[in-house]
Formats: sequence, structure tokens, C-alpha cells
Amino acid sequence: MIAKPTLELHNAGIRLGGRWIWRGVDLDVAGGEFLAVLGPNGAGKSTLIKAILGLLPLSEGSISVLGRGVSRGSSAIGYLPQRRSFDTDLRIRGRDLVRLGLDGARWGVPLPFTPGAGEARRRVEELADMVGASAYLDRPVGEISGGEQQRLLIAQALISGPSLLLLDEPLDGLDISNQQSISALVQTVCRAQGVTVLLVAHDVNPILTYLDRVVYVAAGRVVAGTPHDVINTRTLSALYGARVEVLTTTDGRLVVVGQPEAATFHGTR
Amino acid sequence: MQPQPSLDLWADVEQLLAFHFMQNAFAGGTVVAVLSGVVGYFTVTRGQTFAAHALSQVGFPGAAGAALVGASPLLGLLAFCAVAALGIAALAGRPTQNQRFATAAIGSVLAFALALGFLFASLYPGFVETVFSVLFGTLIGITDTQVLVLLIVAAAVLAVMTAIGRPLFFASVDPDVASARGVRVRLLAVVFLLVLGLAVAASASITGTLLVFALLVAPAAAAQQITPRPGLGIVLSVVLALAVTWLGLSIAYFSVYPVGFYVTSLGFAVYLIARAVRYGRGFALRRTAVPA
Repeated sequence: MIAKPTLELHNAGIRLGGRWIWRGVDLDVAGGEFLAVLGPNGAGKSTLIKAILGLLPLSEGSISVLGRGVSRGSSAIGYLPQRRSFDTDLRIRGRDLVRLGLDGARWGVPLPFTPGAGEARRRVEELADMVGASAYLDRPVGEISGGEQQRLLIAQALISGPSLLLLDEPLDGLDISNQQSISALVQTVCRAQGVTVLLVAHDVNPILTYLDRVVYVAAGRVVAGTPHDVINTRTLSALYGARVEVLTTTDGRLVVVGQPEAATFHGTR
Repeated sequence: MQPQPSLDLWADVEQLLAFHFMQNAFAGGTVVAVLSGVVGYFTVTRGQTFAAHALSQVGFPGAAGAALVGASPLLGLLAFCAVAALGIAALAGRPTQNQRFATAAIGSVLAFALALGFLFASLYPGFVETVFSVLFGTLIGITDTQVLVLLIVAAAVLAVMTAIGRPLFFASVDPDVASARGVRVRLLAVVFLLVLGLAVAASASITGTLLVFALLVAPAAAAQQITPRPGLGIVLSVVLALAVTWLGLSIAYFSVYPVGFYVTSLGFAVYLIARAVRYGRGFALRRTAVPA
């Protein structure tokens, strides 16, 4: 039996405000792959994530997750939106935040002292243990650091057992050591649980060693391939239609120079 | 003659409940406290206390308009608050964005409501007495019918809250993720504003429209200072609202000053104490923490 691809886009395109954000996108992602979604600000990286979530309808082409068309609210997809951080005044515990990923969308109210409550509690603690968030599970979310909040949100996204994890700039606003530890955590999740990961990033370097492929969004088009196939002077220059240079530093970091600002629709990333 | 409290607590309670108007005040107050405690928890979590404030001001023209046409002030409160809630929902746009835009929309509704109230009050001669009790609450105004109406409103609102509690909590904490997981964030925002409008109207019938915060915001805000557990927070919010209401009504009965003053002052005191407790606890934690 051949496994269905986790994610499949065929000739996909999105038009917003009378302008194509990107079009002609073909992408096949296999189970357990770790992909980075890269590109300049305003190129449509978050738009791609929202299309996969079913929050934005395609203007043309098709998109499917696990062989089925996308619809909002699928428990097969875990999602972590782009954000700065939670309000420091938010008075709920880490475990409440994680628990929302399990049954937060269901009508009704959670009842305490039931077998279901005990089961949910065990699941929450299991996931917190997996992402290394056990120590601050009972602390108010507003009082913990951005990196700690990010771990809780990853646990929340994973608790429903998704096949696909969409992370929109999870490393944004974190210091370098947190960027490294969250990247390592995402890779562990990807490999150990066989979860397919699409991670939107501004800078590829913190995750470069973990990646299977990159998806580069720029100038209304999308190119996918291994990091070194895509992030090189020839491919990016062709993509932008302008001279762009990729330099490799002595420690293996990639630096893109001369990258033009996105000329596409602004306001929706 | 002004009734006097004794040291015999049982005799005091008997005295408090001796008159029918006091029985009604306690029955109505209890219903409103439970309702306000639950709805207030979500109001504070969603950061919609300003909407609650605006809705309470809308209650003023509601009650004044009802008095003008000879209808029950409570019905005027309920009708105006419900309509204003829908108006705010329509004008304020998406709850996830444009917080500044939303406050401007709410403020505009608030100003218009006050202007209407002013018009109604000036159209109705000899209205000062009624205006005063609408704004600041009264002990003696609550009829049997009003208690029944409050009970029906509270039962309906609590039924709705039981049905939407969990997804509403999700949408309040993290609208983006909730929306992606299939929660109908916008619909819930509208439903909650309507619920809030009804709770505000019910609460205003006890505390007056200006002092709605005493029951709707102070106990819930205090509860959240004391505990970050959602379930316990809601229970605590209800308990504090009940305590504030019962104590406020009792003190007002033995005093010449209005009930709204006592209920609001107690609510404020509870909030201050909760803030102090949290600050003290944080201080103790910092002192016992071993420096790394």
C-alpha cells in the first residue's frame, strides 16, 4: 500500500484584494517530513498556512490533507498562530491552555471529578512532559516566558494527535538559546511521533540542520526543495527575477543578500 | 424609626426578612449575584469590562423610557441592553482585531444612550426620584413580578452559558487557534454580548445602572486575582458576588444610606483585598525563592 501524502497542493492560487498572493503552487508533502516555509515579509507565508487550515479558500486549484479536502476545525491539524505573547494579565494556568487543544472546541462545559476529566488530565500531563513544560504547568500563563508559552502551545497543538503541525513563526521573539531548544523539540516531535511539520520562519539558520525541505514563497510563486537546492544564488534569483546572492558563512549559515521586498498584497502575511 | 441590628445574628436575619420588600430584595439580589458572578468571569477574561460599562449606561434610557410610557423599568432595561449589545456587536467588528476601533464604537453607543436618557428624563416631569433609583439602585423597588422576571432571565442566560462555556473560554483566551479548531468565534462574540446585556440589565435592577461594576466586574476580577483555575474562579466569583450582595443589602436595611453605595463599596473592598493577597503571595514567593 502506498501511503497518501499528508499534504497535497495542486495548481493552487489565492487572490486577495484583486491581487494574486501566489499561484500555480504544486506541493506534495509525505508523512513525517519537516519543512520550513521561508520568504520575505508579505510574501504570503501565513496565507499558505491559513489556506491549509481551511481559513482562506483557494481562488483556484486544490488542496488536500490526508487525501481529503480541507475544512476549518480539522483535528488532523495542529496549529500555532503567529503572535507576540499572551497578555501578562491572563489568569489561566498552563494546563488549562494545553487542555483547550483536546476538547476546547466542543460545546458544553468540562465537568470536574468525572472519568473523562481524569483522562484529560493524564493526557495534558503526558504532553507537558513530552515538551518539557511540566515544571510550569500550574503557573498562570501570563507570568511565564515566551519560550515557555511556546512549549505549552506546541503541547496544545499536539494533544489532539494531529498528523500535520503548522507552526507560524514559532521562533519569532525568542532568544537564541530558546530558538535552538524549540527547534530541537519540533524536530524530536517530527521524528518520534511521525508528525509532518510545516514551520514558517524568518531565518532558516536555527532550523537548517533539522530540515528535510524548504518551501520558499516569494514574488507570487512557491518553490520547494532541499535547503541547498532552493537557497542558492541561481534558484532565488530566478524566483525573484532579480539578482539575489546567497552567501555561506564559515560556520555553515546561509545569508541571503539583495532580497527585494515583497511586491504583493500587504497586510496579510 | 430606623431598625437597629442586635448582637443576636438569628434575630437580625429574622428582622431582615420580616418585610416582604426585603424578602424580594434578597431573592432578586441572590439571582442577580449568581448571574453576575458567572457572566462577570467571562467579561473579565475577555477584557470586555468597558462593554459592560457602556451597556449599563444604556440601561438608563431603557429604564427612563419605560417609566415614560408607563412600562416596568426592568423590561425597559432588558430591552435596551439587549438591543445595545447587538448594536455594539455590529459596530465593533471582529473581536480578534481592532481593539481601539471597538472601544471607539462602544464609546459612541454609550454617549448616544446617555443622550437618550437625558431626553427621556427631561420629558418626564417629576422624574428626579425615579432617575436617582435607576442610576443608583433601590431596596424597595423590587416586586414579585420582577423577581420572577429576574429568575427567568437568569435561568435562560445560565442555560446558554452552560451550552457555550467551553468554546467561549477557548475563543476568549486564544481566538486565532480557536477559530482554526472550528470554534465559531464571531457567533460566540455576539451571543456573549447579548448575554452580557441581559446580565447588566438584571444587575442594574439591584445596584442601579451606574454601579453595575460592583457585581459584574469586581467579584470576578477579585476571583481571578486569587486563583488562575477557571472552574474555581467561576465558583469564587459567584460566592464573592453573593457575599457582597447579601452583606450590602443587610447593612443598607439598618442604615439610612442607599444600598448601591454599600454593595459597590464592598465589591471594591473585595477587589482591593484580592489584589493585596496576590501581591503578598508574590512577595512571599520571591522571598523564599533560592537565587540561581
